[in-house]
Amino acid sequence: MAVTEVLMAGFGGQGMLLSGKLLAYAAMEHGKEVSWLPSYGPEMRGGTANVTVCVSDDPVGSPYIIEPVALLVMNQPSLEKFGPRVKKGGIIVVNTSLIPITADRDDCTVLNIAANDIAKEAGTARAANLVMLGAYVGWSGIVDESVTIAKIEKEFASKAKFIPANVAAFKAGYAEGAKMKGGA
Amino acid sequence: MAKVLMKGNEAIGEAAIRAGCIHFFGYPITPQSEVPEYLSRRLPEVGGLYLQAESEVAASNMIYGAAGVGVRVLTTSSSPGVSLMAEGLSYIAACELPCVLVNIMRAGPGLGGILPAQGDYLQATKGTAHGDFNLIVLAPSSVQEAVDLMLVAFELAEKYRNPVILIGDGMIGQMMEPVEFPEVKVGKPLGPTDYALTGCKGRERRIVNSLYLDAQKLNDHNEKLKAKFELITENEQRWEYYNTEEPFDVLLTGFGMMARICKTAVDVLKGEGINIGLFRPITAKPFPYKPLRELIDRSKRVLCVEMNMGQMLLDVQFAAEGTVPIDFYGKAGGIIPSVEDVVEQLRAAIAKAGGSRSGK
Repeated sequence: MAVTEVLMAGFGGQGMLLSGKLLAYAAMEHGKEVSWLPSYGPEMRGGTANVTVCVSDDPVGSPYIIEPVALLVMNQPSLEKFGPRVKKGGIIVVNTSLIPITADRDDCTVLNIAANDIAKEAGTARAANLVMLGAYVGWSGIVDESVTIAKIEKEFASKAKFIPANVAAFKAGYAEGAKMKGGA
Repeated sequence: MAKVLMKGNEAIGEAAIRAGCIHFFGYPITPQSEVPEYLSRRLPEVGGLYLQAESEVAASNMIYGAAGVGVRVLTTSSSPGVSLMAEGLSYIAACELPCVLVNIMRAGPGLGGILPAQGDYLQATKGTAHGDFNLIVLAPSSVQEAVDLMLVAFELAEKYRNPVILIGDGMIGQMMEPVEFPEVKVGKPLGPTDYALTGCKGRERRIVNSLYLDAQKLNDHNEKLKAKFELITENEQRWEYYNTEEPFDVLLTGFGMMARICKTAVDVLKGEGINIGLFRPITAKPFPYKPLRELIDRSKRVLCVEMNMGQMLLDVQFAAEGTVPIDFYGKAGGIIPSVEDVVEQLRAAIAKAGGSRSGK
C-alpha cells in the first residue's frame, strides 16, 4: 500500500489535532507506520490549526504533504485553502454544520457531514471532530471501527464521563461514512 | 519495549533520561519548549534536577558548572537562545567538559519566526562562538533517530570530553512519530571523572578554568584541542547513502528532515525509472567529506537542498573541490521545500546534466 496522507483542518479548539492523533494511534495498532505533523504557527483558540497524518506500510518518507489524498475540514477557510490541493480520486469530508459551501471537486469523493448536528444528537456538539473522523474511517476503512473506539476510550480515560458521547459521536460519523462507501 | 507515539521534543527529553542524564538547565523558547516542559515533570520522578534559568546565558553557565562537577547534563533551546548560549559553550569546550545541547532550529535571523528552519548549520559546525574549538554536531532526520542520537551524543561528549550539539528543525520537534526507547540507564555514573570538582580533601586540587595568560601554554592547549578534533574526525563520521547502488547522473544532498523530504523525491523519480543518488550527513561535524566525495565522483551534477540560504552547501562545495557543478535550492522563513519542489529542481538538474541514466 502506498502512503495515505490525511489532512485535518479547522479552527484551534475544534479538536482536529486530537482526531489526527486518534487515527495515528489506531493505525499503529494495525502495525502501520505513521507520522503526525501539526501546523504550529502563532495560533490560538479560534485561529486555524491543521495536522497531517501519514499512514503507510513502509517507513514514512516526507511527513510534509502539499497534496493529501484525504481532507477533513471543519471551517470554510480551510476548505478554500486545502480543497483544491486534494489528489484526484481523493476524498473530502466537509462539516456542513459550519461550512455553508461544499467542495467544488468533480474528481474527488465529497462527503457532506453535518458533524455538529450529528454530534449534538450523540450527546455533545463538542465531539464534532470525532464525527468527522468516524465518517472518514467508515468511508475508507483505513482502520477498524473497534480499534479506533478503544483508542478514544484510552484517550479520555482520565475524563471518563466524556467517553460515551465521544464514542457515540464517532459511531454516528462512522455509520454516515460507511453508508456512502462504494459511491452513493 | 513497544513503540509509543511521541512528539520529537518529548522524545528527546525522555532519551536524555534513558542516557542517564538527570540534570537539565534551560529556558523555554518555541519550537522546543516541550523539552523543558516534559523534563520539568519527568526529572523529579527519577530523582533528577530540572531548573529553569533566568536566561539562556545563565543556563549555559549552569551546564558549565554541572559539567564541571562531573554530572551528565543537558540543555535545549532554539536558534536565538542558542546564540545567547554561545559564550558558555566556548568556555565549556575550552575546559574540555562533556555536555549535550539540542537546538530545535527556528527561522532567523534575529528574532525571526517560530516556524522550522535549518539556518543554524554554520553556527553549529563552523562558528559557534569565539576561539578555536569544535563541537560534535548530530543531525537526525526522524524522531527515532533523534532518540538514538541522544544516546550517542552523551557517549561522544564523555568519550572526548567535548560538548555535543544535536540540531533539528521545528518539524522534528513538533511532529509525533512512533519511537522505541532503550532500557533505562538512569543513575549510571559518568565514567572516570578525574577532572571533576568534587571536593579536594585527601587529594590534589583540580582546577576547571579557561584562562591561560601564558601564550605558549594557550597555544599548546589549542594544539591539544585541534589534535582531539582530528581524532574525532577519524573515528566518528556518520552518514547515509540512499539509492546509490545503481548509476546516477545527479546526486542530491540535504540534512535532517530536509534529507527525508529529499528521500521521497528520490522515490518519486525512481518510480519513473530515473535514478537519483542521495547523500545525508548524520554527523554534520565531523562532516563525512570522503564518503560524499565518492558519490560526487560518480555523478555529473549535485543538487543541495536546505531550509536556509545555502549553508551545508559550503561543505558540499568543499568536498567537490570544483569537480562538478553544484546547484542549490533553499527556502527560509519557515517555508519547507516540498517533495514536489525537490522533484522539479531535480528535473532541472537532470536536464542540465544532459539526460539521465535509467534506473532499470
